Amino acid sequence: MVPFDILVAVCLAYVCILFLVAFVAERRAERGKAGWLRSPIVYTLSLSIYCTAWTFYGAVGYAARSGLEFVTIYLGPTLVLIGWWAFLRKLVRIGQAHRVTSIADLISARYGKSNLLGVVVTLIAVVGATPYIALQLQSVTLSFGVFASGTPEGWALPDQSATALWVAGGLTLFTILFGTRNLDANERHHGVVMAIALEAVVKLVALLAVGIFTVWGLSGGWQGVAERIAASPIAELPLVPGRWMGLTFVSAAAFVTLPRMFQVMVVENSDERHLATASWAFPLYLFLMSLFVLPIAAVGLARMPAGANPDLFVLTLPLAEGQGKLAMLAFLGGFSSATSMVIVAAIALATMVSNHVVTPLWLSLRAGGARAPGDVRGLVLMSRRVSIAGILALGYIYYSLSGGSAALASIGLISFVGVAQILPAMIGGIFWRGATGKGAMAGLLTGFSVWLYSLYLPSFGDSGLISPHILADGPWGIGWLRPHALFGIERLDPLLHALFWSVALNAFGFVAVSLASFPGPVERMQGLAYVNVFDDDPGARAWSRGGAETEDLLTMAQGIIGATEAQAFFEAEARRQGVAGYLPDASPDFINRLERRLAGAVGSATAHAMVAQFAEGAAVSAQDLMAVASEAQQILEYSTQLEAKSEELARTARQLSEANDKLRDLSVQKDAFLSQISHELRTPMTSIRAFSEILMDPELPAQMAAHYAGVIQEEAVRLTRLLDDLLDLSVLENRKVQLSIRAENLHDLIDRALRSASNTRAERVFVIHRDQATEHVPVITDTDRLVQVFINLISNARKYCDAERPELTIAVRRRGARLTVDFIDNGSGIPKKSQSLIFEKFSRLTDTQRAGGAGLGLAICREILVNLGGTIHYLPGQGGAAFRVSLPLRPQSAGATAAGDRETA
Amino acid sequence: MKAPGRPLFLARRSYRRRRLVDAMRLLPLLGLFLFWLPLLWAPATTTEPDTAAGGFYLFTAWAVLIVLAFLLTHRLGDQPQPGDDAEGASGPREDEGGG
Repeated sequence: MVPFDILVAVCLAYVCILFLVAFVAERRAERGKAGWLRSPIVYTLSLSIYCTAWTFYGAVGYAARSGLEFVTIYLGPTLVLIGWWAFLRKLVRIGQAHRVTSIADLISARYGKSNLLGVVVTLIAVVGATPYIALQLQSVTLSFGVFASGTPEGWALPDQSATALWVAGGLTLFTILFGTRNLDANERHHGVVMAIALEAVVKLVALLAVGIFTVWGLSGGWQGVAERIAASPIAELPLVPGRWMGLTFVSAAAFVTLPRMFQVMVVENSDERHLATASWAFPLYLFLMSLFVLPIAAVGLARMPAGANPDLFVLTLPLAEGQGKLAMLAFLGGFSSATSMVIVAAIALATMVSNHVVTPLWLSLRAGGARAPGDVRGLVLMSRRVSIAGILALGYIYYSLSGGSAALASIGLISFVGVAQILPAMIGGIFWRGATGKGAMAGLLTGFSVWLYSLYLPSFGDSGLISPHILADGPWGIGWLRPHALFGIERLDPLLHALFWSVALNAFGFVAVSLASFPGPVERMQGLAYVNVFDDDPGARAWSRGGAETEDLLTMAQGIIGATEAQAFFEAEARRQGVAGYLPDASPDFINRLERRLAGAVGSATAHAMVAQFAEGAAVSAQDLMAVASEAQQILEYSTQLEAKSEELARTARQLSEANDKLRDLSVQKDAFLSQISHELRTPMTSIRAFSEILMDPELPAQMAAHYAGVIQEEAVRLTRLLDDLLDLSVLENRKVQLSIRAENLHDLIDRALRSASNTRAERVFVIHRDQATEHVPVITDTDRLVQVFINLISNARKYCDAERPELTIAVRRRGARLTVDFIDNGSGIPKKSQSLIFEKFSRLTDTQRAGGAGLGLAICREILVNLGGTIHYLPGQGGAAFRVSLPLRPQSAGATAAGDRETA
Repeated sequence: MKAPGRPLFLARRSYRRRRLVDAMRLLPLLGLFLFWLPLLWAPATTTEPDTAAGGFYLFTAWAVLIVLAFLLTHRLGDQPQPGDDAEGASGPREDEGGG
């Protein structure tokens, strides 16, 4: 017998190990060492959250009541997995191509990105999952009770609801910690996946250990077990064909529609080929989990006292035989099964609730709409955290209400039938282009209501929401509306009855309304993209033309996926189009990809709505679709080749014209500069000449002579400075500069630059925002040159920032071996057409705003950074002029004193 | 509609690969057949206790399916695939086109 205190201690230690594993996995993934974290074995093990406490404890209880029938729950998923090529592969491919975040997102995106459908699916999922979560809490509580009471028979823990509350609280904490670290649901939750993979191993080992003990320790091998079974009440095999087939079907359906299964199978999938391994490995896992269920049930029935709860045989059997350690292992197995299911289910449901309910609601309630999104990230993360807590709270409330009355298996099956309502819309959506959103809505609502009425509400028992009177005679005495005998069919058992009517009416409504309705343009396109997901090019896009301001889109994207991510995405897109900088053309292709990227964070419906705010009038119309279709018919054979070629041509043409424009602008500028430089050289020269002529007059008073000499010297200094700048630039450009590499703290460099630059327009008071903590980074470079760049940027801000209360933000960020320093002021920024010119020599934005210098500052900055192996860019969309300096933390090649070596090598 | 330019008959290797894929698609049907076969025994009508025998049959059938799935996916993985998944997917697409 294991004392209760030790049990609690072991339990806590186990939870600590889980935290540790999740933490280490997160850290490894962060450092890009995902490696075996993404192996097919881990993927297969993560699928094992299908086996919850219901499997671990309930399967034995089920077998003790109905014999072999328990196995149907595992045969369904086996069939789905060995047939992966036909169905799961397509599902996973769609999930990855469209960055699907949840099953609600899959359905809503397929049917025209309709958020209403997403809400309905979310509702079904939450209502269906609540009893399931309650079931997990119940099983953990019961198993605690077994140890607390001391006798295997009496499993009443004095304070059951307190235990359940503690368990729910702990699970909430774990899920929030590791489930809401990153916003993008499409990124894997490495920590969580690793932890549940470990739990999968624990529960398998535990069940196998109890099974082996039962077969070889208590029954003397398989022969003995067979005799025990023959002698037990479950010797006869009462195969009910309807239940057998119905349960196989519903378990297969639930396997693909349960939100938590969709989460691990599709959303967390990192490689489609993992499915190939899982196709045999996961059925093997299920096989091993079920192998000893029947022996444990038979031996338990024979050896345990008559009143013992068969749902707890896995635990009570070893305990009764004096195997304390084995019982402890079994307890951990059951604990693992329950916790892993609750964690993943809570993550999946919270993603759905926040993406389909909270975020759209918040966006529509706010005054500015999606136009001024600000930082949505915080909102979404917070709503996910609150949702996780809310979902676990719902589970706890259901547990308290139902009083843990029903047997484990029946609660699980009620959930299964509930989520199976999503199946028709799902299968129709990925295999049938004619499926429409109206049809899906009709089917889902019909199936959901029938399920609620005939199975879910009656499950609360006599005291519940449906009175015994209605159960017996139907509402208002209408006999054919009795919840358990719809349309007068009385001989089916309630579960099968509900399954039959809900799925049949659901499928009927779905098909009939789909056939009769006409889908909208976005819906038809999504239908095409889903059904033909294996074609490389879907052929149609949601956006017929560009038209959005890219800078606005960048500002919005930064609010959703974060500044770093958004800038990296825009930069990559610009590079793909052959444009320099951060602002790609707002082509339909680009807007499409952007929408998909955002969909990975907030779901497709919200992403579509947000992008639509900026690309108004660009959304595709039915006419566009028809045009695309007929054109596509004609040029089907050549289209891919032509498209590739024309895209290539367009890119080259764009680059050429960009280069041409630049050249022309430069030549104009150069001419202007030449005349200007001549002017600038001539003015001091003229005064020098005039004053030196006066100085030649021998009768000049000494005082005047000194004054004139002073003027001459001042002008000469100005000339020298101009020539110095020109010389500096030419040295830098020819890569002949001698760098003196030193290691210094970046913080000190910025301090120095700020001090030096404060002389520029010293009368202006600037508010400087800095994050001191991030600045303490050692850099190995030519620090004097770097400070020169900083001084230049800060002085520019001081000179040109036109805000009334000028502010300057300096943000330092490390990205691997590189360092970026952003200088962002709050002025009116630089207009888009000038952004590509400011780094050219002699360019000045406005002639009127001359504040000294010859327009060489930024050109020198750029050349310095090229010499240091870095870059400087203008950063659009930051609400002011913003420059990003990016440089390596140390010289790129050993001993390279000048970047020139790199260039010529 | 048959797209022009697509060969009417396939080389031996691609032919084998497609039949392999066919086998994989049919495997769940075989599974369904095996798993639902006990329904025909009408066990309740016999006097012999048959849970143990039924369990033995079901678990054997299950194991056979797992081994078959393992062999098929491994054969498919061994087959040299020209290109990547896109190429592998072009076969089944032809069949699904009617849907």
